[in-house]
Order: sequence, then C-alpha cells, then structure tokens
Amino acid sequence: MPEIKSAKTYKDRAKAAAAKPAALGNDIDLSTYISSTEEQPYRADPSELPAQAKEKMLEAGVILDDISQRSGTFIQMDNAPVHSSSRQEGIEVMAVSQALERYDWLSDYWWRAVAVDSDKYTAHIELSQSNGYFIRTLPGYKTVFPVQACLYLSKVQLAQNVHNIIIAEENSELHIITGCTTASKEEPGLHMGVSEFYIKRGAKVTFTMIHSWNPVVAVRPRTGVIIEQDGLFLSNYVIMKPVQSLQTNPLAKCVGENATVRFNSILVSTPGSMMDVGSRVLLNAKGAKTEIISRTITTGGNIVARGYIEGNAPEVKGHLECRGLILEGKGVIHAVPELKGTLAGIDLSHEAAVGKIAEEELEYLMARGLTRTEATATIIRGFLRVDIEGLPPLLSAELQRAVEASEEDLM
Amino acid sequence: MLEIKQLTVAVEDKEILHDVSLTIKTGETHVLFGPNGSGKTTLLMAMMGFPKYQVTSGSIIFRGMDITGLPLDERSRLGIGISFQRPPVVRGVKTRDMVSACLKERGGEEIISKLAKKADLADFMDREINYGFSGGEIKRSELMQLLAQKPELTLLDEPESGVDLVNIALIGELINELLEKDCPIRFRKCMGLIITHTGNILDYVNALTGYVMYDGRIGCEGDPHEILKTIKEKGYEECIRCLVREVPNA
Repeated sequence: MPEIKSAKTYKDRAKAAAAKPAALGNDIDLSTYISSTEEQPYRADPSELPAQAKEKMLEAGVILDDISQRSGTFIQMDNAPVHSSSRQEGIEVMAVSQALERYDWLSDYWWRAVAVDSDKYTAHIELSQSNGYFIRTLPGYKTVFPVQACLYLSKVQLAQNVHNIIIAEENSELHIITGCTTASKEEPGLHMGVSEFYIKRGAKVTFTMIHSWNPVVAVRPRTGVIIEQDGLFLSNYVIMKPVQSLQTNPLAKCVGENATVRFNSILVSTPGSMMDVGSRVLLNAKGAKTEIISRTITTGGNIVARGYIEGNAPEVKGHLECRGLILEGKGVIHAVPELKGTLAGIDLSHEAAVGKIAEEELEYLMARGLTRTEATATIIRGFLRVDIEGLPPLLSAELQRAVEASEEDLM
Repeated sequence: MLEIKQLTVAVEDKEILHDVSLTIKTGETHVLFGPNGSGKTTLLMAMMGFPKYQVTSGSIIFRGMDITGLPLDERSRLGIGISFQRPPVVRGVKTRDMVSACLKERGGEEIISKLAKKADLADFMDREINYGFSGGEIKRSELMQLLAQKPELTLLDEPESGVDLVNIALIGELINELLEKDCPIRFRKCMGLIITHTGNILDYVNALTGYVMYDGRIGCEGDPHEILKTIKEKGYEECIRCLVREVPNA
C-alpha cells in the first residue's frame, strides 16, 4: 500500500485505539484470527475464477460468467484484489491501493467519513494496510448498469480487512451491488470492512449489499456517508443467511441542502446469531430528508434493530420504521428507534412494532382459501418485500430474487 | 343449498347465538336484519368457520355435507366466501396478491386488471391490502376478492356501512354480479346471506327472504321489504317487542 499524507497521524490514532472495544455488539478477540497478506493470482477475466467461488458469489448477487449487465466489477479474495474492471466511460473501478497511487488527492478522503479510531476494528484496518475497492463516477456520468463488488472470504480463521472508498462526483449517478460471502459453510472467519461514501452535489448513489456468511463468521462493517447539496444516498442491506455475530451502525451526514438518505435493511437471525444493526442519519442542512426502514425476522437468533435520526437544521424531515417478526419461540428482537431534534420546525417521526404474525391476518387469508402454511408464507413474503423508490428495475429485481431465494430456508 | 339447524354458538365460553335455524336454497339471497350486538356477525363468522366462534350444538349443512367441524380454509375452498365488515390491514401484502390468491389458477394479470377496473380499484392494486383504504374502498376490495374467488355461498357483513351514496350503487352492482342477479333464479348457482343494519343495500340488491335477529335468536322471517318497512317506521324497538311476544324465552 502506498503511504498517504498524514499517514503517521492515522497510524498513531489507530495504535491508540487498537484495543478499544466497539460501543455496541459483543467484543471479538482479534488475536484468535490470522492475518494474511497472501497474494492471489489476478484474473483479467473474472469468469475464470473457480466454479465454487463463482457459485457462492452468485448467491450474493455477483455475476461473473456474463458481466454484460454490469458497468464494472471488483473482486477481492481474502485480503487481495483479484479483479477490477470498468466497462463504461466515466466509471472508475480499481483496488484502493491502485487509486492511492494514481490520485494524490485521495488522501483527502481517507478516514474522513469514518473515524480511524472509532474502535479496534477501524484501527485494525488502518494498521493492517487493508486493500478494498475504489469506485468513482466522474462528474455528470451515470452508470447504465450497476457496478458489482465482491469481498470473498476463503481462508479459514482469517481476518479479512477491507477499506473501500466510493465517490460520486457532481451530478453523477452510481448504482452498486456488493456481495460479501465465504467459501466455507462451516469454517470461522472475521470480516471487517470500512466503507466511506462521498456523494457530491446533485449526485445519486444506490448501494445494495447482500451478505451471505456462515454460522461461525463474525462481521464488523464500519460505514460513513457524506452527502452534499441535492445528493441522494440509498442503501439496501440484506442478510438472510446465518452469521455468528454482526454489528454495524452506518452513519450518514447530510451536509448540503436537500440531501436525502434512505436506509433499508432486511435481517433474518437464525438460532445462535447475534445481530446488532442500525443506521444513523444526521440532518445537518436545510431541507435534508431521510427514511430508515428495517424489517427483521428471527427464527431463534437475537436482533437489536437500531435507528437514529438527528435533526439539526430547518425544514428537515425524517422517518424511522422498525418492524420485527418473531417466528419461533426463543428469538429476541429489540427495536431501538431514536430521534433527536435540536431546533423548532423539524419533522421527525418513528414507528416500531415487534411481534408474531397476527392470527387475524392469517385467518383473513385463510378465508380466501389459503392453507395456514400458505397464508404464513404470503405474509412473510409481503413483510420482506422490498419496493424501493429510486432503485433501478434491474437491481430491484435482483434484490427481490436474492430475498426470495432465502425465503425457502425461512419457511 | 345451505341449511343451518338449531345452531348454538359461543365466543370465549359465552353463548351468543341460541338455536338459530335458516335455509337458503341455491339461487336465493337472504337478508339478516338486527340491531348492533344482536349476533349477526357471529352467525356469519360461525358459518365461515372462524375458530373463535365455537359451535356448541346444531349443524351447518352446505351442499348436503355437514361442514360444522370443517376448518375455515377448507370451507373457503369448498365454495363459501365472506366480505368482512372491518378486514385487517396486512402490511406488505398487496391488494393484487389477495386477488391472485383468490383466483388461484383460474386467471392471471389480465383477469386481475379487469376485476380492478370493475371495482374501480386499479390504483389500489399495488397498495398494501386495506392500508389507508376508505370505507367504500374496503367494501369494493372485499367484493373484488370475492368476484375472483367465485364462491357458491357469499356472506356479506354490512356491505353498505361507511359507504357514501356514489359508492353504494357500485357496491350494489358488484354484489348483483357476485350473486348472478342477471340470471333467472332457477339458473343461478350462487346464494347469498347479507347482514344489514340499515337495510339501504336493499335499494340496490334484491333479496327473497328477510330475518330479524335479536339477542342471538332469529325471531322473524318474511318479505325483506316488509320487514325493513316496519323497522324504518317503528324502529328496532318495536321489532324487538314483537319478537319478544313471539319468542317467549327471548
């Protein structure tokens, strides 16, 4: 990795935070995981990756055999990028190490949306010279198809460290689909990922992330987003496969007038899973808007579903919706919706509901001839349905397919 | 044909209906009048088979089969349909999904669009079922689902309540289609039982027989227009006085 400006300061801060537990979620002993900077062969053609890896990536929405419906592709296996390409003018896709070599100015974006000393995971990412993806749209350019990225964990007991930078320059439009997955169905691993998004004036970014881990993988994503005037950031996060422990709480800051953020999350927690997932939005400029929606289902795992909106500027508007379904007796869903307003004239609201499927609703569907099982499936399918405003139809259909593919496990 | 024989129904161990009997022949539509709380909805829910409504004695015979112990969904698949007075909101489930569930394999998008147009609900098909619907929209949605389901026995719980004058004519049209009112009675395959508190629906839908229910009993049977006239002129109080005279135990 090339050295960046002020690197020493970041390193010092990271060292100071190396043992700092995260504010939320259970603590993970990083010493039980191995670090590896092992190189992986670069593949000019991503379809040449091993069939098993491609199959797993496909489950997470990453298509490698036919990339005609992708504007760009980035693949990282463990800690090494193995492919990056852009198929459209005005769209840059490369390893972040390569981008740091190419652009001096990139250091200005380094740890600006996420603090390096947030916790031991961010510190570890800085101290272990992590690679990741750099995706950027040049001013005025719009992706025809989404850019896809995959972070693939293949080595047993590995700590995967990723640092991603995403920049949408002024009036550009960028759609990203990210799939994070693991080779093994039963081997442990740890995924730590920092993603820093910069949405410039009038730009639009949709970020669809599908996680498909296994019951012994721990996951700690750290995400920060800065949205300038008239910018839009739309995040969709889906995790329906088992995971051991997941804690994430992205922070989006609307710094320009009329900036808009939407977070949608679909989480399914299976027995033994601990999930603590939230979204935070600071509405710091006039007319900024946000909507945070989470749909959570437990079939026996624990979920803390958080949401935080802070209104600090005139005419801002925010709504938070946490809905949870407990399908089996022993699961726990703890919804924590929080609103903070610091001046008059703001409009913040929330609704939260946790419970089982209402008998009255089941009977309503059964009165139309559906069996109890069919009625339950229809209600769950409806609960998980993602109609996301602003998401291109192709991505919307892919997201829906990913959700439907996991529904079978649920039912 | 539907026969209800000496039906007694309890809800949470409290007896609500006592010894109710009525018969509806194929092609006929009957109307059940009664003040609020008289047990009309309980009768419909028990006929449909909702588990909360426990039949403690008597029987329900539909097409010659005793369905008294049959579960709700099986009764629906056998050909009994219900229009709810206050159906629940089912978040995430769209109106289109409900119509599609009612149609089963009988039709696709084209039929759904046709039904939506007929019920003036084209703009509601991708909305969550009953979420933010007005009174009239709820009733039209219920009838649209029943038109998709095509039940032989249709149970309608207060189809005109909460509906404005513009909507009530359309509600009447949809019910008439559901009950095959444009066919001579001998050719009809459908039958209906309509609950009404106000009787306004009778301006739009013809019915052969009327009943008055009071305190969980059917005390009066006759021409529905005659019964309605009495109710309108003298109110339910007079009806009830008459019932009490006719049914000494009431």
